[in-house]
Amino acid sequence: MEQATISVDRSMIHCRGAWTLPNLVQLERQIQTLRWPDGSDVRFDTMGVTAMDTGGALLLQRCLSHSPRNGQGGAPQGLRPEFADLLQKVQLQWPRPDQGAVARNTSWAEGLTHLVQSRQAAAVRALAFIGESTIAFGRALRRPRSIRWRALLRFVELDGVRALPITGLLTFLVGIVIAYQGAEQLRKFGTNIFIVDLVGVSLLREISPLIVAILIAGRSGSAYAAEIGTMKVTEELDAVRTLGISPMNLLVLPRALALVIALPLLTVYADVVGVFGGMLIALGELNVSFVEFVARFEEAVPVRHFLIGLGKAPFFAALIALVGCYQGFQIRGGVDDVGRHTTISVVQGIFLVIVFDAICSILLNWWDL
Amino acid sequence: MKPSAVDIETPVIEVSHVATKFGQAVVHEDISLSIRRGEIFAIAGGNGCGKTTLLREIIGLVTPSSGTIRLFGLDSRKLEMGDGHPVHRRFGVMFQQGGLFSSLTLAENVAVPLREHTTLSAGLIHDIVAAKIAMVELPPDSAAKYPNELSGGMRRRAALARAIVMDPELLFLDEPTAGLDPIVATAFDELVLSLKRLLGLTVVMVTHDLDSLWGIATRVAVLGRGSVLGIGTMQELARSDDPIVRDYFHGPRGRSAREQAAQNGHSRHV
Repeated sequence: MEQATISVDRSMIHCRGAWTLPNLVQLERQIQTLRWPDGSDVRFDTMGVTAMDTGGALLLQRCLSHSPRNGQGGAPQGLRPEFADLLQKVQLQWPRPDQGAVARNTSWAEGLTHLVQSRQAAAVRALAFIGESTIAFGRALRRPRSIRWRALLRFVELDGVRALPITGLLTFLVGIVIAYQGAEQLRKFGTNIFIVDLVGVSLLREISPLIVAILIAGRSGSAYAAEIGTMKVTEELDAVRTLGISPMNLLVLPRALALVIALPLLTVYADVVGVFGGMLIALGELNVSFVEFVARFEEAVPVRHFLIGLGKAPFFAALIALVGCYQGFQIRGGVDDVGRHTTISVVQGIFLVIVFDAICSILLNWWDL
Repeated sequence: MKPSAVDIETPVIEVSHVATKFGQAVVHEDISLSIRRGEIFAIAGGNGCGKTTLLREIIGLVTPSSGTIRLFGLDSRKLEMGDGHPVHRRFGVMFQQGGLFSSLTLAENVAVPLREHTTLSAGLIHDIVAAKIAMVELPPDSAAKYPNELSGGMRRRAALARAIVMDPELLFLDEPTAGLDPIVATAFDELVLSLKRLLGLTVVMVTHDLDSLWGIATRVAVLGRGSVLGIGTMQELARSDDPIVRDYFHGPRGRSAREQAAQNGHSRHV
């Protein structure tokens, strides 16, 4: 490929060769190291330029504006007409717009103000969403016919029934892990039978509702955000609104109610499978038979632990579903926004579930439950 | 870049006996055409006749079931997409939806080919990007905006700026004026024409905008029934005997577009 060159001969600057993209890197370097002729009578000879593209024209313009007389005397001589057109086009927007137009520089105070403002707006939007969904829920309670039962049942299947294998496997394993850890300590004291208290209370009251909620936040909360967000991007949400259908009623309520129904059921199932995992380890490691285990279970684990664990599940479900749907509605732009808000929905969902669980623990401790 | 004397003789694109099937559905039965350097070549035809598919085959995104396509004399099947083959620098594509990266600003979008394919300094890249944004007549302050902050017409121009940022020899436009209002669409046609003159481009566009066809196309190929129904200038095609081509150009819209073009006196041609 032909090279591009620029050279100085007294007050004449000779430009030659192909001033095109492949040559621009070394051409720019040549220009930087060029010794500019003294005096004001600088002329450009561009007869030898055989090819020129936009980048080449820009570099030529740089040289022209560099020379002190970039008026009439600085006009390049012998430039082919098609290249001259290009140069003229490039000159139209010269001097180039400020770099700041591309990369805005902001001070930290501005950044902080912007952050606070956007957080404030987000908080208001979240409150509005909670209010709207509460109103929609209240309306639905008064008129149960307006609830979309078909969609609701579909979500119970998708987010409840289809989640059985993974929640079962996970709590089974957690039951095994807890029993193993407990077994070692209890064996030291010869109090093998207390494995029942350990496994029973911790699983029923805390662990299985939490495990199920975290799993569902990752599985369903993210799906809700992505589904609703994609509908927003493809203008389906706008279509729903203009058809006179409430998005709350169509999209949020079935999902939220389905999770509120499915999560307690999943929790009960997880309780059973988890305790079964504990029973297996109790038998293998501590010689506590199934009969002894069940007999001890009745007296060691009061039913309130089961009820407390079960009672938390619908609240977890509501938090997960509302966060997922809310993040879905927040999606504004395009594809990467969907990904971002889906991630946020999972993180916030799990965060809120754990915070709620901690508050419950503190309150229940106060009331000696 | 200006073509050397040898290049002018060989067609830029040669499509010979291309057939395309998607499962049972036959899109093309036998398509042959060649596109010369320096022309604005339009691929026209009704909805679903495989215009966009043909374009995607030419740029190597879809492989035809049989037949060959040569791009700059190179078999497009060998043009494995995305491996930085040097031929990628010689053409630019403007997709129908723009194909702008939504996580990048307009200026960053336009700069992507330069950053990927060249080692130019940041300052020069910035200058070239600014020049291209000015060439497609976008305001300079739009450079810092993200694609979702731009209107449809602006997004189209931004995609055009990215397509021409490497000063390609060949520019592909997929439905450049679809969904634009008539004033913006006409302005876009003018823009394509002026860029073609300025940068010495060969333009291949898929369109069914009759105003564009009469206004700026040097030659037009009409696709239908899986093959090329007619190929030539608009005046030649208007005299065609083929019923589909006749319907296409002599419907009420076709007539008014033609009258308008006649009033403008075809002076827009180079």
